[in-house]
Amino acid sequence: MDISFEHVSYIYQPNSPFEHRALNDITFSIKSGSYVAVIGHTGSGKSTLIQQLNGLLQPTEGSIQIGKYKLQAGEKTKNLRGLREQVGVVFQYPEHQLFEETVAKDIAFGPHNFGVEKMEIDRRIKEAVQATKLPDELLERSPFDLSGGQMRRVAISGVLAMNPEVLVLDEPTAGLDPRGQKDIMDMFKDLHKEKGLTTILVTHSMEDALAYADHIIILNQGEIYREGTPLEIFKQHDALEKVQLDVPEVMDFLRRAKKEYGVEIEYRGQDIAELAKELTLKVRGDSDHE
Amino acid sequence: MGERQVEFRNVSFRYQEDMPWVLKNVSFTIGPNEWVAIIGHNGSGKSTIAKLMNGLLFPQEGEIFVDGMKVSQESVWDIRKEVGMVFQNPDNQFVGTTVRDDVAFGMENHGMPRDLMVERIKESLKAVRMEDFERYEPHRLSGGQKQRIAIASVLAVSPKFIILDEATAMLDPKGRKEIMQTVREVQQERDLSLITITHDLQEVTQASRVLVMNSGEVWMEGSPREVFSSKDHLTEIGLDTPFVSKMADHLKAEGVSLAREPLNHQELLEDLWTSRSNM
Repeated sequence: MDISFEHVSYIYQPNSPFEHRALNDITFSIKSGSYVAVIGHTGSGKSTLIQQLNGLLQPTEGSIQIGKYKLQAGEKTKNLRGLREQVGVVFQYPEHQLFEETVAKDIAFGPHNFGVEKMEIDRRIKEAVQATKLPDELLERSPFDLSGGQMRRVAISGVLAMNPEVLVLDEPTAGLDPRGQKDIMDMFKDLHKEKGLTTILVTHSMEDALAYADHIIILNQGEIYREGTPLEIFKQHDALEKVQLDVPEVMDFLRRAKKEYGVEIEYRGQDIAELAKELTLKVRGDSDHE
Repeated sequence: MGERQVEFRNVSFRYQEDMPWVLKNVSFTIGPNEWVAIIGHNGSGKSTIAKLMNGLLFPQEGEIFVDGMKVSQESVWDIRKEVGMVFQNPDNQFVGTTVRDDVAFGMENHGMPRDLMVERIKESLKAVRMEDFERYEPHRLSGGQKQRIAIASVLAVSPKFIILDEATAMLDPKGRKEIMQTVREVQQERDLSLITITHDLQEVTQASRVLVMNSGEVWMEGSPREVFSSKDHLTEIGLDTPFVSKMADHLKAEGVSLAREPLNHQELLEDLWTSRSNM
């Protein structure tokens, strides 16, 4: 689904002493099928932004178009239910929201609420646990007997069972160990491709933004600070440093090589082996001239 | 079982009799003023070691000594005075309604006189650079600030050992940096040993020694340089290695000879340039 924000602002508790403008005049568009990373510090407006994607918050100013759904400031949104069926949100620490007696019941909760019939629900449960790589024998277990990583997969399965077209991920790997983090991120990448989803990833990890996203939006103090492809964004080291954001380690390393040793290697997404090759050639080349 | 040391002597532990061993015949020593990082993936026994160290759990086999005392039901309160712990979730370790109440809580439990408490609150908040937040309500703080308060609460009791059990895992990059800087400063200024349980490889490179755990056993032990130079072994048990280590490997494959196992960008670049003369 195509998504566009037109001059969107969001103000918490307007006209009160606690008034707080969390988003200020945000305009951007996301093409259907893209994988977008939203980056910014705590308090930059990321959470406010994603809560408007499925109508949990309505813009105070401006308008948002998500597929055929429109959220307009000052107007009641029609068919919010339809919107929520199509935009799945995986919130931070989603396992905290598990509550059912069994894994299967927990996954079924969403589709059941939306009136999906039993046979279809069973089919979707099967598909969801396959995608999240949960063994079938866990389905009748209590979700609270599982490990942290498994609980998170159950919660994600519940979102997938809604068959969303847009998947919003709010720091989906926080608190997992490195192996668990990579497994979850790879899983979302596969889902994104196979199902042709539009994926929006909120993250603090520049490494993940570089590895998985095709477009990056950087928020700072409620405004869009930079927007572009990962390579475009991460070349702007100084601009990122200004708002205290890092660049991925590989780009930081290459920048250092250039700054301190004058060796310039352009980063085009090469892996470490290729970079090592280029680096060796450059260094050798230099010493031949001496 | 010397003073200012933690010693594990052939320690085995399991949660129940019909369950598999979580730790198998583990022995190691942590000396005064050392910074030891414990790594290993989930389920390798890292956190169990931490809980055994301050008597939250007791081993079925072997013995544990802290500062010359054997850890047991009887000694547990004396042990906990010497071993402070900071856990992963910043929201799960607050009891006070203000920052100062919270820092006072641990000292109250150890029955410290009021004057000393007031003095220690000031001192320990200053050590984590949170002295301006004494009257704040904890829930108004950021994750990184909360963890610094948790460290201050531990410092106030003046332990000889501090264990950070994935204390930075739930923080954003900025909060993570704040904590690690605080920890480094505190360790330099005070006489104490640090034990950090972590997945963060940047954190590991700063430790003086690394214990690698795998399926309940000490799998490897050495300086960060030694540990990361045996990358093949680490990958074998599913652990990642830092970017510079990987880069160094690929450079070697290209025929570049490097003088040492690099721990950061600076070292790798330096050695790469020194190597030019040998090409």
